[in-house]
Amino acid sequence: MEQLLLALVSMAAGVGACVLYFWGTNKILDGIFPARGENAGRNILRANSIRPWLFLGPAIALLTLYLIYPVINSVILSFYGPSGKSYVGTANYSWLISDAGFRESLRNNLLWLFVVPAASTFFGLIAAALTDRISWGNIAKSLIFMPMAISFVGASVIWKFVYDIRGENIEQIGLLNAIVVALGGEPQAWITLPFWNNFFLMVILIWIQTGFAMVILSAALRGIPEETVEAAVLDGANPLQIFMKIKVPQIWGTIAVVWTTITILVLKVFDIVLAMTNGQWGSQVLANYMFDWMFRGLDFGRSATIAIVIMVMVIPIMIWNIREARKDV
Amino acid sequence: MQGIAGQRPLLIWVVHLSVAALVLLWTIPTFGLLVSSFRDGDQLSVSGWWTALTATERNIIFRAPASAAQVQDGDQWVIAGNVFEGQTEGEVTAFGFSSKAPAAFAPGQAAEMRRGQVLEVSRNGDFRIASPEEMKGKRGARIFYTSIDPPRFTLENYRNVLFSEGIGRSFINTLTVTIPATIIPILIAAFAAYALAWMQFPGRALLLAVVVGLLVVPLQMSLIPLLRLYTDIGIGKSYIGIWLAHTGFGLPLAIYLLRNYIKGLPKEIIESAKVDGASDFEIFIKIVLPLSFPALASFAIFQFLWTWNDLLVATVFLGNNEEQLVMTGRLRELLGSRGGNWEILTASAFVSIAVPLLVFFSLQRYLVRGLLAGSVK
Repeated sequence: MEQLLLALVSMAAGVGACVLYFWGTNKILDGIFPARGENAGRNILRANSIRPWLFLGPAIALLTLYLIYPVINSVILSFYGPSGKSYVGTANYSWLISDAGFRESLRNNLLWLFVVPAASTFFGLIAAALTDRISWGNIAKSLIFMPMAISFVGASVIWKFVYDIRGENIEQIGLLNAIVVALGGEPQAWITLPFWNNFFLMVILIWIQTGFAMVILSAALRGIPEETVEAAVLDGANPLQIFMKIKVPQIWGTIAVVWTTITILVLKVFDIVLAMTNGQWGSQVLANYMFDWMFRGLDFGRSATIAIVIMVMVIPIMIWNIREARKDV
Repeated sequence: MQGIAGQRPLLIWVVHLSVAALVLLWTIPTFGLLVSSFRDGDQLSVSGWWTALTATERNIIFRAPASAAQVQDGDQWVIAGNVFEGQTEGEVTAFGFSSKAPAAFAPGQAAEMRRGQVLEVSRNGDFRIASPEEMKGKRGARIFYTSIDPPRFTLENYRNVLFSEGIGRSFINTLTVTIPATIIPILIAAFAAYALAWMQFPGRALLLAVVVGLLVVPLQMSLIPLLRLYTDIGIGKSYIGIWLAHTGFGLPLAIYLLRNYIKGLPKEIIESAKVDGASDFEIFIKIVLPLSFPALASFAIFQFLWTWNDLLVATVFLGNNEEQLVMTGRLRELLGSRGGNWEILTASAFVSIAVPLLVFFSLQRYLVRGLLAGSVK
């Protein structure tokens, strides 16, 4: 309780400081360049050229400190040894190339990149198309969307329970094994099956992200001009043809947005692997491998090098985003 | 659309069924967790949650008290008691005295054991071993029985995790992280967004491009440099450090979302206020901020969900001790240490996802609006 009080007080202090900053600096600016008197015109101009920077100041400072500086610093650190003090040249990079753990992580990450965005977008598109046609569609949407609010760790607990295994001849309490046994199969330890366990982990992220894809794609589908669909109906197209040939082509842009957004998320996937397997049984991914080197290997240089690899994979998407955004301005 | 589907009754049924299947697939895992968290721990570990409403069958071995407990009853020596002693109660459906035939007898039957001893077990678990001669031996006889337990639901799991597994404490820690980390970025971002949307200054386009670029910078990049920086300047692992970190990481999305929204506000309102002599500060506080409420709410929900559900930032910037371990961290720890104790895990997980789910279902409208505005088009 005491701590919560502290949180509330510091929240008030933080908000108060923000308000004081914005209000105070504006007051001072108006004091230095008063909008009256003989120089009123010039003063207003001057004040107006300074004011944007007052508004932007805290944001720029925080963005620089928390995102821009770290990117530069990580690049530098990747050329340094474990403690970040001794220069080692490109040793970290050559280590990376020959490291089996890194290759495994990279392979798994590519697998994730290939499967998760595709599956989430696919299921999202199907859910969006179907739920828009029925009366209880909104409830259905809400339920499919729900996993979005659940933390990756929470989702991991949920799915670990689904994948749970008990010995043979004992009643299975994990849903998946219970189904397998009911169908006459052998119970499996899903999350330790080499290679395939990756897919059982991916299911968790697909489960979470399908709702996101559905919401965005559903809005896009509703934005399609009625006339194009009506014309196709008059021409005798069946619903499947209308969907595949008229609707989907019109929302390619949105599909691309959904796809890239999930791709970025996948590159950073960490919590699920950490909670489910911690990278054992051949399920390591880059973000968790980096975390491993940071806290267990205690090697900041190698860890930063892995972070750079993740960053490099994001850069094409970043450039594409910036170009798209500039078209809007 | 409705018209087209309406003409094909079969098709509309297929749609209904497919959606039902999808919904079922997407909700069942969570539903299983919820049901399990209310089940009795013993039942949970031996039967699937989908059987929660039916009785559970258990095979139990009970060791009767040793011969010291016998009493003389007429010409017989008797040891009596109840096989459910120390166990949750149920109903005995079968019993036996050897591991080879653990369910050989029905309750009420008399089972002949060695040396003329007779074992009887009744439905309610009362047992009676009668022997014609005085019994010897330090170890009592083993009684095997099968018991049918009625379904039992309990709040015990929740009481356990909240008060003895530390989830209650972690709940408060999470709140301590989340509330300031949600509020602080909103103010900072709103001012910046207004400047980017409505104020003229050199470098505006560039700054906007930088914000869009920073939207996708992986958090992983920031961890090591910031951890080192925090250690150097003495912030170390503290709440203030994580509030600022969450603020920094949340700002690109906040600025981008709010800027898009504020840019979309009617130009006339802002220009007429300027003509009336209002300063940018006044316009922002009195006009833009109130009008931007939907966008502010959208971002607040995002940031809240993200900080509440975050594991990475909390693991790196907060300690592992009682005062700082957040709920996601605790849950992860429990997954490692209590991997098989599903009654603890399910209840803990549900405590941690309850708040986001509540926020989600009550404020979904704003969340959807934010998502639609937030994805770079």
